[in-house]
Amino acid sequence: MPLIKIRDLHFYRGDRAIFEGVNIDIYRGKITAIMGPSGTGKTTLLRLIGGQLRPDRGTIEVDGQDVHKLSRSELYELRKRMGMLFQSGALLTDIPVFDNVAFPLREHTDLPESMIHDLVLMKLQAVGLRGARDLMPSELSGGMARRVALARAVTLDPMMVMYDEPFTGQDPISMGTLVNLIHKMNDAMDLTSIVVSHDVTETAEIADVIYLLSEGKVIEKGSPVQLKRSSSQWVQQFMQGLPDGPVPFHYSNVSLADDLFAQEESA
Amino acid sequence: MIETIRSLGRWGLGTFERLGRGHLFLFRTLAGVPEIFLRLSLLVHQLFSVGVLSVFLILISGLFVGMVLGLQGYNTLVDFGAEESLGVLVSLSLVRELGPVVSALLFAGRAGSALTAEIGLMKSTEQLSGMEMMAVDPIHRVIAPRFLAGLISMPLLAALFSAVGIFGGFLVGHGLLGVDDGAFWSQMQVKTDWYDDVLNGVIKSIVFGFVVTWIALFEGYDATPTSEGVGRATTRTVVHSAFAILGLDFVLTALMFGEG
Repeated sequence: MPLIKIRDLHFYRGDRAIFEGVNIDIYRGKITAIMGPSGTGKTTLLRLIGGQLRPDRGTIEVDGQDVHKLSRSELYELRKRMGMLFQSGALLTDIPVFDNVAFPLREHTDLPESMIHDLVLMKLQAVGLRGARDLMPSELSGGMARRVALARAVTLDPMMVMYDEPFTGQDPISMGTLVNLIHKMNDAMDLTSIVVSHDVTETAEIADVIYLLSEGKVIEKGSPVQLKRSSSQWVQQFMQGLPDGPVPFHYSNVSLADDLFAQEESA
Repeated sequence: MIETIRSLGRWGLGTFERLGRGHLFLFRTLAGVPEIFLRLSLLVHQLFSVGVLSVFLILISGLFVGMVLGLQGYNTLVDFGAEESLGVLVSLSLVRELGPVVSALLFAGRAGSALTAEIGLMKSTEQLSGMEMMAVDPIHRVIAPRFLAGLISMPLLAALFSAVGIFGGFLVGHGLLGVDDGAFWSQMQVKTDWYDDVLNGVIKSIVFGFVVTWIALFEGYDATPTSEGVGRATTRTVVHSAFAILGLDFVLTALMFGEG
């Protein structure tokens, strides 16, 4: 039975359809990647799973609970078992690294400070930043900030972690570190990971299953190998990063000749 | 024509929707206030940044406003040979009106704009979203302590403003213009009523503190999460607060002193 079951998901922003009938299953212990071009609503999907947005139609079940039928307190209980890594890291900027990682423990548990100290150091050790505990978030590089955010996301030992574009804007070393961390954490902590990304190479390296989204629908799903062998031109264009194909290089428009002549006529 | 009516309708709907959101926000904030008493450290921290950091501005402004009042008041009173009533003029002006109003305007400019910018930036850097996903309600954790700090700070700042202002009026009146100090203080004591003047001034400053902090926090929370959006929200805080303070001051003055 999947940990997350998304059925017939419809979501609109104004008149624009972001999702139209999306079905996704995310299985326990696996790394599931949600991929697609920018603007396809990948981050929106994570916010729907986390209950920060409500779908216009359809259901999202997490661990057997319909996220959007829960009361506020039930939703908050569920969120304690969900970790989320935001694209920006979303660290609290007025407190140092240590306090950021300790934040969920101090908010949700009555553990003594000495135990919080040990737990935080263990999480920071896991992401290789035990030495950075006293730094402020403004003193961290982008990659370090995401690793701190990852340590914070797993502080309460959640059942799942959602990663929002974890590789965007990272140098090759940081990218490699993050790829490695996501993979290791998933195995070592028996997590279920959902990685939203458009970095094909890095994501394909660690994902067990990939869902490709475009124009509000699931275009294809399967293992990275299956997708690379897919006969769909769209899938091939995305996986190989080809500039032109079923997704055209030009934004839809009248032909260039018509545009030029129209200007001459009006002159 | 039709387009004008349409845009007017859209503006009206948008305004009412925003008003509704603002009130829901206020109710959720008020619901979070009792929780703060279990975690007083959050409140103390905010009292410092909202209240204590505004003290210097309030003291300096209060002193100068009081000095100007002393100077202007003396020049008017001396024509009637009533310069010994300078203490009454300065104290009533400050305690009833200028203390609560000017300190609230300064508070909106100093602390209100800072609150909006802080909350707006927390929103644009996903810190508020991050808290929600960590099962921490940002309205209870971030907004409510700031709201209570604003509510407590405002009357205290207004009291400081009035006290320093009266001292400024005394410095000019007695030190510079030679008004008898005994007359200054004794007339002030006799003519300034605790309930009618001082307490009404305190009530005004509590109302202003409530409104300014509410506007500042809501503008930050409701800001478009971009640098331009946060900038606009900060401007709106100062402008809307000024309108609210001056409008409410008229209403409160009419209610409190209208009959006299």
